[in-house]
Amino acid sequence: MTQQGTAQGQDTADGAQAPGVSELTLDQKLELYYYMRLTRSLEERLVNLYRQTKVVGGLFRSLGQEADAVGSAYALDRTKGDILSPLIRNLGSMLVQGARPDEILRQYMAKGDSPTRGRELNIHYGDLVRGFVGQISQLGDMVPVMAGVTLSFRMRGEDRVGMVYVGDGATSTGAFHEGINFAAVQRCPLVVVVENNGYAYSTPLSKQTAARELRDKALGYGIPSEQADGNDVLATYEATKRAVDRARAGGGVTLVELITYRRKGHAEHDNQSYVPAGEIEKWAASNDPIDRFVTVLTMDLKVDVSVLGAIDERVMAEIDRATDEAEASPMPEPADALVGIYADPPEEKPLWFREGVRAAVEVNERPSSWGTHDV
Amino acid sequence: MSEITYLEAIREALFEEMERDENVFCLGEDIGAYGGAFKVTEGLQAKFGEARVIDTPISEIAIIGAAAGAAHMGMRPVCEMQFIDFISCGYDMLTNYVATARYRAMLPCPMVVRGPSGGYVRGGPFHSQNPEAAFLHTPGLKMVYPATASDAKGLMKAAIRDEDCVLFFEHKYLYRRIKETMPEGDHVVPIGKARVAREGTDVSIITYAATVWKSLEAAEELEKEGLSVEVIDLRSLAPLDDEAILATVKKTNRVLIVHEDTRTGGVAGEITSRISEMAFEWLDAPILRVTAADVPLPYSPPLEDYVLPQTADIVKAVRRLAEY
Repeated sequence: MTQQGTAQGQDTADGAQAPGVSELTLDQKLELYYYMRLTRSLEERLVNLYRQTKVVGGLFRSLGQEADAVGSAYALDRTKGDILSPLIRNLGSMLVQGARPDEILRQYMAKGDSPTRGRELNIHYGDLVRGFVGQISQLGDMVPVMAGVTLSFRMRGEDRVGMVYVGDGATSTGAFHEGINFAAVQRCPLVVVVENNGYAYSTPLSKQTAARELRDKALGYGIPSEQADGNDVLATYEATKRAVDRARAGGGVTLVELITYRRKGHAEHDNQSYVPAGEIEKWAASNDPIDRFVTVLTMDLKVDVSVLGAIDERVMAEIDRATDEAEASPMPEPADALVGIYADPPEEKPLWFREGVRAAVEVNERPSSWGTHDV
Repeated sequence: MSEITYLEAIREALFEEMERDENVFCLGEDIGAYGGAFKVTEGLQAKFGEARVIDTPISEIAIIGAAAGAAHMGMRPVCEMQFIDFISCGYDMLTNYVATARYRAMLPCPMVVRGPSGGYVRGGPFHSQNPEAAFLHTPGLKMVYPATASDAKGLMKAAIRDEDCVLFFEHKYLYRRIKETMPEGDHVVPIGKARVAREGTDVSIITYAATVWKSLEAAEELEKEGLSVEVIDLRSLAPLDDEAILATVKKTNRVLIVHEDTRTGGVAGEITSRISEMAFEWLDAPILRVTAADVPLPYSPPLEDYVLPQTADIVKAVRRLAEY
């Protein structure tokens, strides 16, 4: 559902004719299934590794949100150099852009050959060549950054689009406001995806905003909005694709609200005591995005279950192989911590009490939590 | 070649760098059509157009954040904070995002955040600040604070060409008060190198920005008493020039650190600590500081002048060191 901003005299004409999901081939739809399944199974593997304390830091799940992540990212054009900035529940979006399971595992396991060389946690990493930017924990901050990335597309006359993800909670931040407003004024080719999963850590949407709907915020910025069922991967794709096409055609920023539900806690330690009884179970039983898409594929599109089974097997084989590789990877050399703060100087000198010392301690403790354990 | 002011020197650097490299662009509040609150960017938009001299909403987070995003893609943005006091509105973006980008994600942020800084101008608590101490504590940022017109030009060029984010503090008291003939050619002053503003043998003053001039005045006065005072103009605050600091300590064995910023947790504390670690045995007297008092900077002239360091304070401190 497209809704136009009401700013006077605004020419937010939709660029191309909005494409329907019918333009996706069956192979593409099976690819969507593959990415959703890969997301879920990879996170399940991470849970096992977390329980073995091989995942050193916190573990963030996107259970129940795989469709909104995968369907929205799929609307970008990887052949044109589009770039997205994911949020903590966008593992699926990153996989679509070419992130690999072994990278995710190395990140979580704090390995020396992880994409951030052990400097950052979880899915906080990026690759501008494949088209995703590493996020930081301060929510909303990536909106101004992606405004700048897409400003550079516009300044250089490049046919590229950017996409930035925020949650319902981040729409309350100053960075979100300043970033989306700046991008709207500059008519940056940017899609702002608001994943409304009902909770920001423990805070429900009703305590986050008095807005009737998050898409309503678009009105204040004079930009169009889209809203879709984020648990319907095809509807998500369709709504986001309209926004991407609009951005590419010079129509500026669109806010896309995807309505979904966070079935796990903020992180693995969170016991979700604040969630009303039965709510999670209800979503799991009747509105699981993968179950729903399997029904579409098998009932409407007559895909044989064996085809999906083969994809599941391929996913597990990939994850097994990636796990073996990641587990075999070395931890970082301690003094590598001093490298790469600046281009010049390339590294800091060791402090005098660390000169000639390889490791600060003999055994690096791997606590089972950060002290936030309430399970 | 005629003399130009500190402010004109900065403008000249912006013009030359934008001409040299099409990736350089400016963004900030009222910098385009209006030319900026202090007219530092006057004429830039007329020459380079709205696309490269961008008037932004009142949004320091967005200015700094968008600059970072553009810098990742190979652009070289120069952000103006209308007054440097407003840099605190973008503090999160600078410290959490920009300063960590290369280290955590190998994302380069070649960008400059510049703005009018400092007091002695009756600007009150929100138009007189010196923000360096807050950022001295943040690995990943560089900081320069020139005291002369030629350094202002040369450091601006170096800042724009640097591969990392440089905070460029411009002292607004100096904007139109000092003039200098610019060196010929492509004048670039390296970041991280201090300058001996005056040679001396009895006492060293280590300082930067507007208090360089107050220190030079004090040195003149003290010369009449037979005291030879060396004045070191740091120019860069991150990285600090340890070599220059060490050299002057070894030369005079008596050190006064002067800055306009407040005292506690200030740059002087860091320099004192470094001297104590590197050259304790070279000292003949305790290191003294002349700084602002630990108060928000008040507006009324008798109050502001009482809080900020004055030439007479510096003279008094140097005498005390010489007598120690």
